[in-house]
Amino acid sequence: MSPTTKPPVKTGWSMGIVTPRIGLNIAAIATLAIVPAYAALTGNAFALTLFTRVVILALAALSLNLIMGFGGMVSFGHAAYLGIGGYAVGILAKEGVNSGFVQWPIAIGAAALYALVVGALSLRTRGVYFIMITLAFAQMIYYVAIGLDRYGGDDGLTIYHRSAFGLIDLSNRTIFYYLCFGLLLVGIYLVWRIVNSRFGMVIQGARSNERRMRAIGFPTFRYRLVCFVIAGAMCGLAGALLANHTDFISPAMMHWTRSGDLIVMVVLGGMQALFGPLIGALTFLVLEEGLSRLTEYSNLILGPLLLIVAISIHGGIDGLIAGRRSG
Amino acid sequence: MLYFFEQFLNGIQLGMLLFLLAAGLTLIFGIMDLVNLAHGSLYMLGAYFAATFADWTDSFLLGALLALAATAVTGMLLEVIAVRRLYGRSHLDHVLGTFGLLLFFNELVRLIWGPAGMTLSLPSEMLNAVEVLPGLFYPLYRLVIIGVTLVVAVLMYLLIMRTRLGMLIRAGASNREMVGALGVNIKLLYTMIFGLGAALAGFAGLMQAPILTVQIGMGENILIAAFVVVTIGGIGSIRGAFMASVLVGLADTVGRAFMPDLLHAFLSESASSSLGRALSSMMIYLVMALVLIARPEGLFPAAGK
Repeated sequence: MSPTTKPPVKTGWSMGIVTPRIGLNIAAIATLAIVPAYAALTGNAFALTLFTRVVILALAALSLNLIMGFGGMVSFGHAAYLGIGGYAVGILAKEGVNSGFVQWPIAIGAAALYALVVGALSLRTRGVYFIMITLAFAQMIYYVAIGLDRYGGDDGLTIYHRSAFGLIDLSNRTIFYYLCFGLLLVGIYLVWRIVNSRFGMVIQGARSNERRMRAIGFPTFRYRLVCFVIAGAMCGLAGALLANHTDFISPAMMHWTRSGDLIVMVVLGGMQALFGPLIGALTFLVLEEGLSRLTEYSNLILGPLLLIVAISIHGGIDGLIAGRRSG
Repeated sequence: MLYFFEQFLNGIQLGMLLFLLAAGLTLIFGIMDLVNLAHGSLYMLGAYFAATFADWTDSFLLGALLALAATAVTGMLLEVIAVRRLYGRSHLDHVLGTFGLLLFFNELVRLIWGPAGMTLSLPSEMLNAVEVLPGLFYPLYRLVIIGVTLVVAVLMYLLIMRTRLGMLIRAGASNREMVGALGVNIKLLYTMIFGLGAALAGFAGLMQAPILTVQIGMGENILIAAFVVVTIGGIGSIRGAFMASVLVGLADTVGRAFMPDLLHAFLSESASSSLGRALSSMMIYLVMALVLIARPEGLFPAAGK
């Protein structure tokens, strides 16, 4: 996965001049960086809650973009990893294991292991069949969670102690926010490194023309599987964060409509754009929140808006800003 | 043995219901190449329309007929206004757009009918049970569902195999461009297919309305089950959808009926009941995963695809 000496692929964000796209990305990062200061100054604690959610789901959407945008693997079951990560934290907390040093690696490991099994079985299929089989596996996990009577079953489980990391106190909301934000930035950096590495080239090549990649000697199945597992692990981490954020886990966090939300964020922000998932998560969640304050029937506006984006904008917000179709 | 037969009938009934949804879904999928997450919304609308119209007209049958027409019209309007513009786009744009429609319809229903659910009561003569086997009484209405749906399935078969419209539908499924090039009004054909799919979904919804409560989001879980059916059957294949519906209906019902007892042989009472519930809900997805692992294009891949 080490980057080669080849020049990085020209996907816009590495061109070195300040384009509207780079401006937007910098603005988004800058906004997120000052959210706690804004919340402290105005006493608006809710802003911090909302943006913590934005940052966590952006991390989940980022992992989805890695396989869906760059790898062409449209997973309609990505919320399952959020659930697995969250349940790992919740179950361990319930059993009295509060150390984050134990909880989080288990969350990431469990999500990665699940991704390995699902990927190994699903990557044999293509197109809509792949969408459906990933959905099927996510539904299975959803029903497993409903069946876990000891951990709340259908009603979910409250987490009374956030993950403990020695001196770092996650119940301090500002610290927790910056931890999530930092992890998101690390995630973006990781995806950037992956996408521009030789490994990432193979993944993107397999999206464009898998037969050709195989013909020149790449075992594309293995490459795709590894990519799938990396994305699963990353999303498992987001799940662990989400459980800590809401202090609650329930099967609802992996309902198929949650997987739909993640897809919406990625497509809305712009597939194959490094910052697309962040922009998408930010737009979607802030819009959802803003509209719900405007009217009780917010989805009457949000729904048609998504439809209009799907119909009229190619490549999501990123495509709109960059002024070309990215994909 | 009687219990088994009863569960068998339940499975067939669920399968028939899934077929109504899956038939429309697979037609829209196979011919317009559209992933339609809003299909479950039409199912929900069918149920709401039926409950409302039955209330107005004081007649179950009249309400059902009006609801059927209303869903078909809604579907065609939806196609003309919105869905048409998604053809030829990527599947992801379909997911984004029709997910928006799903949110819209859920909210619209909440606005019009309110957050509380509705009920649709059956005519009294439908409430009886029939002795289908010596000693086995089965609700008449469920038998009616099975019977009516079988009739619909036969009508669908005749429509698709014996009429000019059906010929165009089949031609459209195997080569869209060619059908358009031969001078067929493709736009009108697509609108009619979408309307047909909507009517079938609405029909499923209104048939199910007296058994379940009519509520917001009722289309969401059954939509996923219908997608499972379509995928197992092979996208675009009505015959596949029919076979897969029966398979999925039976797998789900039989799993629910016997899994807890089966597990009870190995586990404690409470463990087997909760595990059994989880396992039986997973059953259809398990079947689908197994089918796709063995046959990545479904059981009956549509010809020419």
